[in-house]
Amino acid sequence: MDNSEHINHGPGVGHHHVTPVGTYVATYLALLVLLVLTFAVSRIDLGAFNIVVALGISVVKTALVVLIFMGVRHNSKLTWFWASIGFVWLILLFLTLGDYVTRQWVHLPLGW
Amino acid sequence: MSLELQHPAVAPQRLSHQFEQIDQQNEIYIVGMWTFLVTEIMFFGALFVALTVYRSVYPDAFEQAHSALNVWLGLTNTFILLTSSFTAAMAVRSKMLGQRVLTLLFLGITIVCAFGFLGVKYVEYSAEFREHHFPGPNFQWSQTVSPSTAQGDLAANSQVALGVPKIGVNEFPANYQPQQLELHKRELFFSLYFVMTGLHGFHVIIGILVLSTLWLLIYFNHPTVDDYMPVELAGLYWHFVDIVWIFLYPLVYLIGKQ
Amino acid sequence: MSSIPLNPGAIGTGGRTRARENYLNIKHTVSSWLLTADHKRIAVLYMISISVMFLFGGVAAAGIRIALVRPHDTFFSSETYNKLFSAHGIIMVFFFLVPSIPATLGNFLLPIMIGARDLAFPRLNLLSWYLYMFGAVLVMGAILFGGIDTGWTFYEPYSSVYSNTNVVAVIVGVFIAGFSSIATGINFLVTVHKMRAPGLTWFRLPLFVWAMYATSIIIVLGTPVVAITLLMVVLERVFGVCVFNPACGGDPILFEHLFWFYSHPAVYIMILPSMGIISEVIACFARKRIFGYEFVAFSSMAIALLGFLVWGHHMFVTGESMYSGMVFSLITFLIAVPSAIKVFNWSATLYKGNVWLTSPLVFAIGFILLFTIGGLTGLFLASLAVDVHLNMTYFVVAHFHYVMVGGAIFGYMAGLHFWWPKITGRMYPEGWAMLSAFIMFIGFNLTFFPQFILGFDGMPRRYHFYPPEFQMWNILSSAGSSVLAVGMIIPGIYFLWSLRYGALAPSNPWGAKGLEWTIPSPPPSHNFDNVPIVTEDAYAYEAIYAAELAGDYSHVEAPIPLGAEAEYSSPAEPSKLPNSSEERQ
Ligand SMILES: [Cu+2]
Repeated sequence: MDNSEHINHGPGVGHHHVTPVGTYVATYLALLVLLVLTFAVSRIDLGAFNIVVALGISVVKTALVVLIFMGVRHNSKLTWFWASIGFVWLILLFLTLGDYVTRQWVHLPLGW
Repeated sequence: MSLELQHPAVAPQRLSHQFEQIDQQNEIYIVGMWTFLVTEIMFFGALFVALTVYRSVYPDAFEQAHSALNVWLGLTNTFILLTSSFTAAMAVRSKMLGQRVLTLLFLGITIVCAFGFLGVKYVEYSAEFREHHFPGPNFQWSQTVSPSTAQGDLAANSQVALGVPKIGVNEFPANYQPQQLELHKRELFFSLYFVMTGLHGFHVIIGILVLSTLWLLIYFNHPTVDDYMPVELAGLYWHFVDIVWIFLYPLVYLIGKQ
Repeated sequence: MSSIPLNPGAIGTGGRTRARENYLNIKHTVSSWLLTADHKRIAVLYMISISVMFLFGGVAAAGIRIALVRPHDTFFSSETYNKLFSAHGIIMVFFFLVPSIPATLGNFLLPIMIGARDLAFPRLNLLSWYLYMFGAVLVMGAILFGGIDTGWTFYEPYSSVYSNTNVVAVIVGVFIAGFSSIATGINFLVTVHKMRAPGLTWFRLPLFVWAMYATSIIIVLGTPVVAITLLMVVLERVFGVCVFNPACGGDPILFEHLFWFYSHPAVYIMILPSMGIISEVIACFARKRIFGYEFVAFSSMAIALLGFLVWGHHMFVTGESMYSGMVFSLITFLIAVPSAIKVFNWSATLYKGNVWLTSPLVFAIGFILLFTIGGLTGLFLASLAVDVHLNMTYFVVAHFHYVMVGGAIFGYMAGLHFWWPKITGRMYPEGWAMLSAFIMFIGFNLTFFPQFILGFDGMPRRYHFYPPEFQMWNILSSAGSSVLAVGMIIPGIYFLWSLRYGALAPSNPWGAKGLEWTIPSPPPSHNFDNVPIVTEDAYAYEAIYAAELAGDYSHVEAPIPLGAEAEYSSPAEPSKLPNSSEERQ
């Protein structure tokens, strides 16, 4: 699929990566399909899986936006690193949930 | 695809005094922007944690409360933001290739979408204010509370107007009833809803300011925007605003039945 | 603010001006300072601002110690006492300790240490200072006109529902200051990644740069969380929104989770830069490469990472789940490992080094001793059962003051003395510096060691009144605090004195390694005439060590006494490259 162009005008000028219009259009359409899918799935009762599917689709959409619209796909490793660290670190913040999940595990007789 | 054929020479970029070469400068700007976006991810992340915690603690109340939101307006806004993200990406591409008119066009569409988003949000907010769904002393919950959730005779009391009880250290207000907690939980949902969408809306407004400034600078051929980097960075920011909404929409508007 | 006393080039030269242009004398207008994009000038601006804030925080601390001399103090009302300890905490944490080393020494040295002409985003750097000033003015205004009584932790629901003080203004100020440190963090990260001089690989970086890098990661990943959390407190107060308020089903412990997700790592924002300074100072004055360089570098990164996984240890005695508590307790014990690695490696570096006992080294050794006590008492508090007894007592207060004053401030003092000649171009009186280091060390221990005993005996923190049997230890503590104050006032005086009367500093007064010592003191605006090419590891002191053992001290440049600067060879010597490896033999 990589018929994308590189423009490199020698050492004084930067090295640019230009993504073809077709890629952007295809990404846009994919995002719209995923949006419809999100909505449709939410109307069906899948029990606990509703949230899993919804988050899964959101992650895919985010990946499309980050990799193609934001162009991280063609960026340096350093950009990859910084583009991913925020999402990874968020997982640490979500460890807060560990407290709420385990709070009910034990019932102390008095006070607590 | 005539867009691809013409390649006017990419305008030479100016090198700031602290850098050695243009590729280094470009990467520094992009990495710098991403580092900033990391802080934004953590910023919104804390709110998503709060939402997840309260949703897991009060699943029924949250499901009921969210039903007062207008799913279709939310869907429309998601569509608008995805579209604006696409046009923002196209604007960056056009700018990189030096296509001034296309850049202005795509940036313009992006700005129009952003205003459209705020317009829809305004319609939603005004409806919610009308129904007293804004948290605080005037919060009301007029819909029937489903018996499965309600404790005791909650359904009978569902028209209670609630304020944040100003409780002294050791006393409850005389009219305090435990079942009011059920209504407070809905207030909690709307608190998070307004904080999250409000903060996101604030980011949209900042985006409009940035994109409009760029549009004007490009329109008047200001030398600051000879370089495509400013448009690229504004684009990154705008995509981030889109990503936040990509998670907000399903988690706030489409809470599934559990 | 006048720039004149800061300008060594034009002062004390008896009509002659030195030819060499540096960042201080290049321009003299006020706007050349307030609109500067030079990282060195911004560092000086920050240094002045945080010193002023330190003074305010110190005055509040003095008030606390005065109040606690008597069990039933009548000097202050209890409301005033609450406002005093809140003001002390908020000013010291958010406006002194967090920006202290990164924004001053870090700002000044980071670009120079990596051979860059400036930070990646010079104007963002200036914006950071303005944000800091804006936040500081707002907070000081709120504190002076009404005050705040929530403590620096702004715990819910007191801060949102019950407190009748200036909570909103103070939180907005802290919020803004948070963005100032985020700006610094972003700048440092990008700069370290992309602007290192040719040949300066990651494992040739000075450990101070590693420390700054780790600190910046914490700032960038942690600060936004506390910012949004405090913002929600403001929204609760102003709009009656309810997020943490238990009256409407909110969980105040969630506030504590989010608050400490930043505020525990923030402890490492305060201590990691100090650790970086200690590595520099010890390597220089032991004339040895830091023992286990890679371990020290990676322990900084390990602390940055693990520091994000221990926040729950602040909530052992709240309603936090006990299983959560166990995990947090365990990880808290783990974080002692990288800290201990550093302490052992510093000690090993000093061992058999050719130690030159100067005031920066005395401060550094003070750091190691006090930080060790502070770190080890942290393990007491990390133990679940012991914490039930010690939490919210003076034991906690003593513990974190050993880390933050004994650690962070001793490190800051060590760095300030070490790089003062580079920053100002002046030498300070070494004898006075030694004296103040010892006075500070004694005063510090006298102030805070009694608080361990008080806490162990059960005296709760933040209380205005206490049972009379605690009075003896409190008097000791207050007496110690006045000794400590003397130890801090002396450096203030001789540093200011040195700006006018100190001998002129040579490029490398310590015979130290590192790019910053290859350029003149004070450095020229653009730092380096030519981009330096680095060909050797950091702390390549082998040649110097061998020379000194042979009695050759020619690498230590003598200060130029005032009046003799005519003989001083100027203009600037071309920035020397670090000695290549052949030169070592
Ligand atoms: Cu902690």
